[in-house]
This record gives sequence, structure tokens and C-alpha cells, in this order.
Amino acid sequence: MQDNLINVAYIFAAILFIMGIKMLGSASTAVRGNRISSLGMLIAIIVTLLRSGLDYRFITLGLVIGGLVGLIAAKRVQMTGMPELVALFNGFGGLASLLVGWSEFEKSAEADWFLYFVVFIALLIGGITFSGSIIAYLKLSGKIGGNAVVFPLQKLINLLVMTGAILAGFLLVFNVGENSSLLVWLLIGLALLIGVLGVIPIGGGDMPVVIALLNSFSGLGAAAAGFVIMNTVLVVAGCLVGASGLILSIIMCKAMNRSLINVLFGGFGSGDTASGSEVEGEMKALSVEDSYYVLEAAQNVVFVPGYGMAVAQAQHVVKELSEILEKNGAEVRHAVHPVAGRMPGHMNVLLAEADVPYDQLCEMEEVNSIMPTVDVAIIIGANDVVNPAAIEDESSPIFGMPIVNAHQAKSVFVLKRGQGAGYSGIVNTLFFRENCRMIYGDAKATISSMVAQFDN
Amino acid sequence: MEIILLLFTFVLAAFLGFELISKVPSQLHTPLMSGSNAISGITIVGALIATGQMNNDFSKWLGFAALVLATINVVGGYFVTDRMLSMFKAKKDK
Repeated sequence: MQDNLINVAYIFAAILFIMGIKMLGSASTAVRGNRISSLGMLIAIIVTLLRSGLDYRFITLGLVIGGLVGLIAAKRVQMTGMPELVALFNGFGGLASLLVGWSEFEKSAEADWFLYFVVFIALLIGGITFSGSIIAYLKLSGKIGGNAVVFPLQKLINLLVMTGAILAGFLLVFNVGENSSLLVWLLIGLALLIGVLGVIPIGGGDMPVVIALLNSFSGLGAAAAGFVIMNTVLVVAGCLVGASGLILSIIMCKAMNRSLINVLFGGFGSGDTASGSEVEGEMKALSVEDSYYVLEAAQNVVFVPGYGMAVAQAQHVVKELSEILEKNGAEVRHAVHPVAGRMPGHMNVLLAEADVPYDQLCEMEEVNSIMPTVDVAIIIGANDVVNPAAIEDESSPIFGMPIVNAHQAKSVFVLKRGQGAGYSGIVNTLFFRENCRMIYGDAKATISSMVAQFDN
Repeated sequence: MEIILLLFTFVLAAFLGFELISKVPSQLHTPLMSGSNAISGITIVGALIATGQMNNDFSKWLGFAALVLATINVVGGYFVTDRMLSMFKAKKDK
């Protein structure tokens, strides 16, 4: 009877998760959606605690430690640190699923092949999610280089490791009993290795896809753990997250006109990718003082932020400058490319933090339709997402990728630290155009001095 | 039989997940991701059961580690998502 009640409560929790995810997909309901889904989680936790015969001491301890760490991390994080934090939480979820599967494996006295099979899946997915997320975290936080790491025979080695993991899984499933503890350790080691090998060859600009995909994996890991302990709410919630994460990865891939396979195995951004045709002309530098006269006269300005804005923490001064421009009578927009930054929606989070009004944030298509009427497009640390080679040069590796058509604006200012190419190593033909001027230096400092020019 | 029912549930949930999210505006990509990430912390239910065992076996300790990690994932994930979304919201009220 008690079991039935618990299961009914789990169904209720699952309904709340479904409603929550649905509502997270729309701006007006997102806050409520997140709270509804957290209510579902609370219900799932409480009814689980109502099961008889639980040792509450360690449960309390675990909840308190985890709760405090999670709360502090969530309150303290800077908005610029958001991609790392999401990656880290993701990794923890994956590892937790691995451990739940392992724990059940250790506990089960008499095992059947199905249990061992789902334990295998939980260990595999959980391990990949954990180590992959940790590598993503290290790359995003700059603790290790963000570039793609490629080495000889990489694909062969990856294939061997994957085959090894699957073999270990088969041995586990078909030799139920003997020496299986050893196999479990081996399997965990191989899963962790796959996660590491899988994420190191992926360059910084492809990170949004990886983060979304790892998110999907953490859901599937939870679903696999659900099969291990035969629990419906884990299966349903995990599977929902798995599906939504996959959709987000596909949206990100489409925004780059590449397939998931290409992103995962392409080694894009390792520096040895072809750079397309040669460009003619030269980059023309401009001083902040001279840019002032152009901005002062501009009626219509579009900011195009990229990862460089996050690095320079320039979002607040961008907001300041855009307010000044507005007061000066200009129409201001911020054009957000879907894959600008290092995680899905990265630029939106930063601009929202700086209190940039909602109606100034425009999606790519929206801005492109008015781009020819724009007086000045200011590119802040974005590169590939404004490279006209993507629509003009068929030999370019990024040909076909939808871009913000900044080159159609009457003038383009590119705020950039140096003359180098973007993460992908592709030369940006925009920089060589007649209507384009480069303003070198730290984006935050540059924009601050533009603001100062207006103040004078 | 129970296994088949669970598989059935899995398949249905997968289709439901794909149907739920079709077109998401890009400003919601991050909150959607971190919010659904918090949901994947549902593995906390398994961790609670494993930690609650009345013994001191290795299995229990694995469960305890899982519980700490899953709780960080759940609590941190929901709070950080709420923080982000309230930023979006505050702006719209103006």
C-alpha cells in the first residue's frame, strides 16, 4: 500500500517536471516553470524519505553538505562564470548516476543479466558525463587551454577505448558472478577515459554543442540509474532531460550548419583546418576619438557581442554606451547569434545581467533584415559569427553557416585585442572590407573610453 | 514484465521530451539547459535509497557520495536557474 502511494506521488512529480520543462521554453512562463519543476523534485525527495527502514543520519548529513555547497555555488557565481558552473553541476549529476548504479551492483546478492546490463549502461553514461563535463569545465574556466587537442592516431585510440568498454560490458553481462568487481572498476576507468578523449578534441567555439550534449547525457545517465533501481520517476525525468538536451544540441549544430558528428569528431579549431581563399586588402585601424564622430552621427546602431565580451567582462559598459547612444537619438539593438559564446544563450545571460532592455535583444534573422539600414555595427569580441566568408566563399570551412550580416551595415567597428584569426583559425574577410575599421585593445577599456568621449 | 513496462515508459517519455521543446527563443537556451540539468539530479532519489541502507557496506558509502553530488546538482541547478530567470524578468517589468 505504501508503495502505491509513493508511486502515485512519483507520477505527480513527473507531471510537474513535464509542465516545468514545457514552461521553461517560453519567456513569460519560464520562472514559474522552473519553480514547478523544483516542487516536483521536492515531492520526489520527500516521498522517498517516507519509505520505511531508512537510516536518516547519513541522509541528513548528505543533504546538508550537498545543499550548502550547491546553494553557495549558485549564489556566488558571476554571470560570466555560468558556463563553467553549468558544466560542473552536470558532471556531478553524471557521477551521482554512476555511483547509484555501482551502489546497487555492490548490494545485489543475486544478479540477473538485465540488472548487470543496465548497471553497465549507467556506469558508461555516468562516467562519460562526469569526465567530459570536468574537461569542459576546465576548458571553459581557462584552467586548461580551450583549443582543440588533436594527436596522431586519435580516432583509432578512441575507437579502441570504446571497443574495450563495450567488451568489458559484455563480459559483465554474460559472466554474471565471477570477478565482476574488477570488471566494474575497469569499466568505470574506460568510461572516464572516453569522456576525456571525447571532449579534448573539441574547440572552444563548439562548446555550446558539447555542453548541451553533456546535459542530455546526464539525463540519460539518470534514466539508466532508474532502470538499475527499477524506479519510474528516474526513468521519466531522466529521459525528458535526455531528449531536451539533444534538441538543444541540434539547434546549436544547425546554427553552425554542421552535423553533430562533424562537431564531435571533426577536431574543428585545432589550428590546422583550411582557411579558405586568400583575402585582398588590409585591415584599417581606427582610434577611439575618430570612432566618436561616427557614433555621434549614427541613427541606427547594432552591437554584435561574442565570447570576447564575456572575457573582457564588457557587458556593463556596453549597456552604458548603448544608453548614451539612445539618448543621442539612435536606435540601438543587440544582435545575438545562437552560438555566440561558450554555451547556448551565453550572450543573453550576460546582457540580461547588465540590464539591457529585453526588446533590444534581437535574434539573428531579425537584425539581418534591417542590416542595410544600420549606420554602425559594433562587433565586440565576435569573429566567426560575422564572417561573410560563410555566405560568399564556398571553399571556406564555415561556408553555409548562418551569420549576422554585419558587413552590410554602413560602417563596421571591430573591437578586438589583436589581428589574429578567431578560434577556428579562419581568416575573417569582414576585417578587410572597405566599410570596416578595427579598434584594437581590450573591449571594456575601448568602450569605456568611447563613453568618456560622449561625456566630454 | 516490470522491465517491459519501464522500457515502455522510457520510450514514451523520449517522444514526449522531443515534442515538448520545439522552438525555444535563444535567450532561454541557458536557463532551459540549467533547469533541465537540475531535473537530471532526480538520481538523488536513487542516492537517498542507497544511503539509507541499514548497514555499513561499501554500497552505502557509494550511495552517500552520490547523495552529496546529486544534492549539489539539484539545489545548485534550481537556484542558479531561478537567479538567471529573475534577471530576465526584472528587466521586462520596467
